[in-house]
Amino acid sequence: MTTTLKPVDAVLVGFGWTGAIMGQQLCDEGLSVVALERGPWRDTSTDFSTTFAQDELRYMWRHHLFQNVSEDTLTIRNNTTQQALPMRHLGSFLLGTGVGSGGVHWNGQIWRFLPSDFLTKSHNQQRYGLKSVTDYDLSVQDWGVTYDELEPFYDQFDKLCGTSGKAGNLKGQIQAGGNPFEGPRSAEYPTPPMLQTYAPTLFGQAAAGLGRHPFPHPTGNLSEAYTNPLGAQLGACTYCGFCEKFGCGNYSKASPQTTVLPYLMAKPNFTLRTECEVLKVELTPDRKRATGVTYVNSAGEEFFQPAEMVILSAYVLQNVRLLLLSGIGQPYDPNTGQGQVGRNYAYQTMSSVNVFFDDKILNPFIGAGALATVIDDYNGDNFDHTGLGFIGGAYIAGMVTGGRPIEMIYTPQGTPAWGMEWKHAAAKNYLRSFAISVHGSCMSHRGNYLDLDPTYRDIHGRPMLRMTFDFTDNEHKMSDYLTDRAAEVAKAMNPREIKLNRRVGSWNVVPYQTTHNTGGAIMGDNPANSVVNKYLQVWDVPNVFSLGSGAFPQNAGYNPTGTVAALTYHAAAAIKSQYLKAPGALVQA
Amino acid sequence: MVKSTFDRRRFLLGGAVAGTTGVAAAAVLHDGELGAPPQSYTGAVPWQEGTADAPPGVTGTDFIFFTADERAFIEAVVARLIPNDAVGPGAVEAGVPFFLDRQLAGLFGQGAHYYLGGPWPKGAPEQGYQSRFNPAQLYRAAIGAIDRYVGSNFNGAVFSKLAEADQDKVLKGLESGDIALDGGVDSKSFFAMLLQNTKEGYFSDPIYGGNKDMAAWKMIGFPGAHYDYKEWVTRHGEPVPYPPVGFKGRPGWTGGS
Repeated sequence: MTTTLKPVDAVLVGFGWTGAIMGQQLCDEGLSVVALERGPWRDTSTDFSTTFAQDELRYMWRHHLFQNVSEDTLTIRNNTTQQALPMRHLGSFLLGTGVGSGGVHWNGQIWRFLPSDFLTKSHNQQRYGLKSVTDYDLSVQDWGVTYDELEPFYDQFDKLCGTSGKAGNLKGQIQAGGNPFEGPRSAEYPTPPMLQTYAPTLFGQAAAGLGRHPFPHPTGNLSEAYTNPLGAQLGACTYCGFCEKFGCGNYSKASPQTTVLPYLMAKPNFTLRTECEVLKVELTPDRKRATGVTYVNSAGEEFFQPAEMVILSAYVLQNVRLLLLSGIGQPYDPNTGQGQVGRNYAYQTMSSVNVFFDDKILNPFIGAGALATVIDDYNGDNFDHTGLGFIGGAYIAGMVTGGRPIEMIYTPQGTPAWGMEWKHAAAKNYLRSFAISVHGSCMSHRGNYLDLDPTYRDIHGRPMLRMTFDFTDNEHKMSDYLTDRAAEVAKAMNPREIKLNRRVGSWNVVPYQTTHNTGGAIMGDNPANSVVNKYLQVWDVPNVFSLGSGAFPQNAGYNPTGTVAALTYHAAAAIKSQYLKAPGALVQA
Repeated sequence: MVKSTFDRRRFLLGGAVAGTTGVAAAAVLHDGELGAPPQSYTGAVPWQEGTADAPPGVTGTDFIFFTADERAFIEAVVARLIPNDAVGPGAVEAGVPFFLDRQLAGLFGQGAHYYLGGPWPKGAPEQGYQSRFNPAQLYRAAIGAIDRYVGSNFNGAVFSKLAEADQDKVLKGLESGDIALDGGVDSKSFFAMLLQNTKEGYFSDPIYGGNKDMAAWKMIGFPGAHYDYKEWVTRHGEPVPYPPVGFKGRPGWTGGS
């Protein structure tokens, strides 16, 4: 028995960053908007106040803010010769749930992709030849949107968050102290960079000595108090070292809760329903138009929510799954290369270098999610790839997000994982070591994709999503080269010793890497190579928009949230200025 | 947003009192993001006094999950994983067996955050945990299987009675997967979980029953649940002199521990 509800102008499926931003944009236009969130309400004072937020066991290891996979997970495999099996426990990525979702427990690392990152195919092909973009069965392509088109919307997100940083390129003028490789910014960061602790400072000095260009990581952990254009107030970060995987109890980390919700929740034309999971987008018989969504709440009651527009604002994996479950678009087939939905799933290629000192106390527990000094000399196409045999790159960061002892005790090469020797190494090195992070791009590949699993089902009886993914030779070569560049900086810091944690072997679901899953609902300039157009509008069903990192045709060497938000604002602007006046395709196929 | 330490302490102790009706009940109250009733919100940020999601600390001192034999096994194992000496506490001295007992008796042991549906092929190592057992079932099955292995290979002994060198030999065999166990237990997978849980008990906040007297934090120099280091950010290389603090404060705040 499905209850049909009162129609609304727009329904948001999922209420994290993209849902909050799009909800605010559409409500300001006067639209009636309902957001459906499958998790609970979450807010600072009730869910992660400073009196109990710094709890490593509860939040990191018992997944208190993460998606509970006991009812719904996905299946995983490295290639099509394997049987995909359920991801039975979170590991490689930590999916969000609840209001704010991943925007609650993220690090606050706010990046823009390079102008050349949006032209992965044409730029590399022009500079390095056709082989550079087709070797290893890569399936990279241009985004169909440019950095210049997105710049105002990157800026809009910076102003929403109050991003702390130092511009390296203001309207084409290179600025001392910033990232000289970045695309031109229309404005300086809203707040100055965070102060740097000892380890990032030493990293920056060593990098500068090698001729690199260190700069402070742009952060959504704020260096000073800030009031954003929606009137939301954020406070200065206290460097408690519990950002990633944790909620900020101090109103210092940009999140939907701290930047959008105080404004949006007060709107009479906005309604949020929690504990409501969307099962399917409903279509007209000709499948050219969505009529709304069907959802079930935690009491087991089923509803049909009619809507003029359906906005998929869940995480990438859930958005792609809903497209597949709803019969929107053609599923990708890796054998034929036909179909678009699920194609070009990609990830992030991570490695690191540990640095151990005898004579320097680094106090790693003084940290923040994006507290780092970074070099971008080897990211994207900021360096000459001739003869290297790969495309892409990474930022290299002397980063101290915190010193949480269950997760972040580093011991030298050859130390056993347990026993007296381990304990002594932990006691000796905890205060005197840190990690340089190598945050690498991940190109798309013909064999990496998402589809529906033939065997495993969730608690609602729907097929789980199936992820088929492995790193390609392009990624292994890139990561090895970049890890060596990080080691150069590490050695230049004159430590007692270093340890290289290379990206080795096939993708493994167990160790945490990043929650930067991308692709599967990619954007492009025509329906033959993409699921959505540059405004994230589904080609086949123009009143459905699919937001988020699913739109990335491949992943760059940066954290995705800045670009996810910019794409959302860019889509919202087109909806407001064009779509609402004449609902229909914003780009003619 | 700065709260006085008095507020913080009173608030948390209040949470602990509310939880004395039982370990499992407290854990359900505090870790139940599944199954909350559906809600609809319009017109304001919802807020209700007294709904803070305080941490699910544990109470009591008796073991409620492990049998006496299992407890002997666990104490012997964790004493080898993190042995005791003057540098810092061993896992037993830090209360890790009690921590494990409460974890396995509670939501973690029940697999509240594991997907355990079938079918259950073994899979490739890259596919991670692939067992039908929840953690409590896995511990129970593994302890039995390891003692059976020890019995057949060490003249009928049990693990807890072996010499330390032999104990280490068995643990290394489990760690590498070289020792095959019966009863459907994957030795490598169990060892990885046990070592992880042991480190969790050693280094987590004392409200969960381990890290007694915050001695593991003292050993490495971690000051605990501080939330403000602004004064220390640019004091490069200086030792931070704060003694560790947990969610219930620290000895001295109330004139005793």
